[in-house]
Amino acid sequence: MQREKVINALITLLLVVMPLWAWWADEPFILTLLTKVAIFALAGVGLNIALGLGGLVSFGHAVFFGVGGYAMGILASHAQSYSPIMEIPFLIEGTKSMPVIWLVAIISSALAALLVGALSLRTSGVYFIMITLAFGQMFFYFTISWPAYGGEDGLLIYTRNHFPGMNTLDPIQFLIICYAILGVVLYFSARLAKSAFGLALNGARQNTERVLTVGIDTFRLRLVAFIISGAITGLAGALFADLNRFVSPSMFTWQTSGEIMVFIILGGVARLYGPVAGAALFVFLEYVLGDLSDYWHIYLGLLLLLVVLFARGGLIGLLAGREVAHD
Amino acid sequence: MTEPVLEVKKLCKSFGALVANKDVSFDLREGEIHALIGPNGAGKSTLIKQIAGGMTPDSGQVFFLGQDVTNVRTAQRARMGLARTFQVSALAMEYTVLQNVVLGALGARGDVFRFLKPALKDKELLGIAYEALERVGLEDSAAKITAEISHGQRRELEVAVALTLRPKAFLMDEPMAGLGTSSSKGLTRFLDNLRAQAPILLVEHDMDAVFSLADRISVLVYGELIITGTADEIRADREVRHAYLGEEEET
Ligand SMILES: Nc1ncnc2c1ncn2[C@@H]1O[C@H](COP(=O)(O)OP(=O)(O)OP(=O)(O)O)[C@@H](O)[C@H]1O
Ligand SMILES: [Mg+2]
Repeated sequence: MQREKVINALITLLLVVMPLWAWWADEPFILTLLTKVAIFALAGVGLNIALGLGGLVSFGHAVFFGVGGYAMGILASHAQSYSPIMEIPFLIEGTKSMPVIWLVAIISSALAALLVGALSLRTSGVYFIMITLAFGQMFFYFTISWPAYGGEDGLLIYTRNHFPGMNTLDPIQFLIICYAILGVVLYFSARLAKSAFGLALNGARQNTERVLTVGIDTFRLRLVAFIISGAITGLAGALFADLNRFVSPSMFTWQTSGEIMVFIILGGVARLYGPVAGAALFVFLEYVLGDLSDYWHIYLGLLLLLVVLFARGGLIGLLAGREVAHD
Repeated sequence: MTEPVLEVKKLCKSFGALVANKDVSFDLREGEIHALIGPNGAGKSTLIKQIAGGMTPDSGQVFFLGQDVTNVRTAQRARMGLARTFQVSALAMEYTVLQNVVLGALGARGDVFRFLKPALKDKELLGIAYEALERVGLEDSAAKITAEISHGQRRELEVAVALTLRPKAFLMDEPMAGLGTSSSKGLTRFLDNLRAQAPILLVEHDMDAVFSLADRISVLVYGELIITGTADEIRADREVRHAYLGEEEET
């Protein structure tokens, strides 16, 4: 068996044992941190499809994270104030149901990704990075200046949304929901990487000309990848909003885009578990170093520098070796 | 006479003041190898790019299978049956040899938007891929990473990928470039048989290969096509000897 698979299994084991321990020791804060890890990892798994598999350096994934977050915020705020979202031409009411919120988050962030992708994928390299960044800023300023949903102050949701048959206010139960989603999406992402679509997308990253010459339209290929990527990050945004019971324009900042990218770079670009390892490391550092100094980002920056200079495969690459699995 | 598989009409392309192709017209017919020769910088690769797509001519037209494809995109032309090999190998270097040919087979089949089924377990794709590898003699290197095989093997892999497309015409830009004598001879024999499957537009500097293979030869000098003829006609032509072959005799 390949080493990377062993490492992935160990990470999975660690991520399962830790909440069990925290639950047993009655440490709800640890459970919250681990839930955050799962949600950040999910956002990273989304970006990793565009960035790792497709080579699309998107600096605008905050757009999808934010759209997912606001999908949750808008639906839940209408539900808690008992005011419908719209009545004309037909009635749309808010909801506190997680599955419905997730679906709306996925669809709306997919549409946002279609819009951003259709315009930005006509460019490449630095221009692509710049356009995606610009979209992030546009969404950020739009939410700030849109008073209906809190403007700069954001939206406060009083209680966590509901999932049939579970008590989502119980930290371990919400954690299980987030873990389950991450598990399903990781499985999908692993299948995707090996599928016909993944083969072509990864091939186009290595050599666009090659893929075009065998008759595959690389623009459509990348657009679909971008939509899938955005939808997953959007789902993570909805869960993040639910974890905090709060959404604000800060979800749309370029720092958010940067952090999602940091998860991947720390963990290992294009590695299945890269975003998981990276998000875990990030949350751990934020917790440990953030306690020591308000300026913990300096240390994060240093670490990033080291990874980029000496360990291009990130944490997973360091542990599993350079070789990417081929079978 | 049946209509040509590929036809280029009065193609012009300039880069600023540099005229790379000027009023180039020629055709490629069923069953033939049509060689395109000319000195370095004559505009051969430029011509191939405009035929394959990816570079739009300033004026003139490209017809493929009787259809005007001048404004058809590269991927669509490939799906119509136009296969191209590159002067400088264009392969997915991190992929294995097998993955590169499976990618070709996948492109030809056209169902890229499948998200769950593993492509390397698809019997149909694997069948086409291995058949192509066997034809160029690369089946033993299937599991090797493309970046790690020899230059000559990468040239063969380029041809194998083109084979997976089961094309109606091949465009080959210097397939022998950088090959040793024995590999060149091998590839020459291979192309000799390949023309029965689909005609080949062959850009090549290896004159032994060109004169032994080509049914017709066109000579491009400073962007202009000065003559098209059989090997004997080309050998006999004074202008060609002066412009092109003459240079070689001197060395
Ligand atoms: N994209 C481009 N922009 C500017 N000039 C170009 C471009 N592509 C080619 N040229 C120029 O056009 C001329 C023809 O180039 P081309 O590559 O077609 O020559 P070639 O016949 O294939 O030569 P070789 O035998 O060396 O491969 C050259 O002078 C080259 O420098
Ligand atoms: Mg050339």
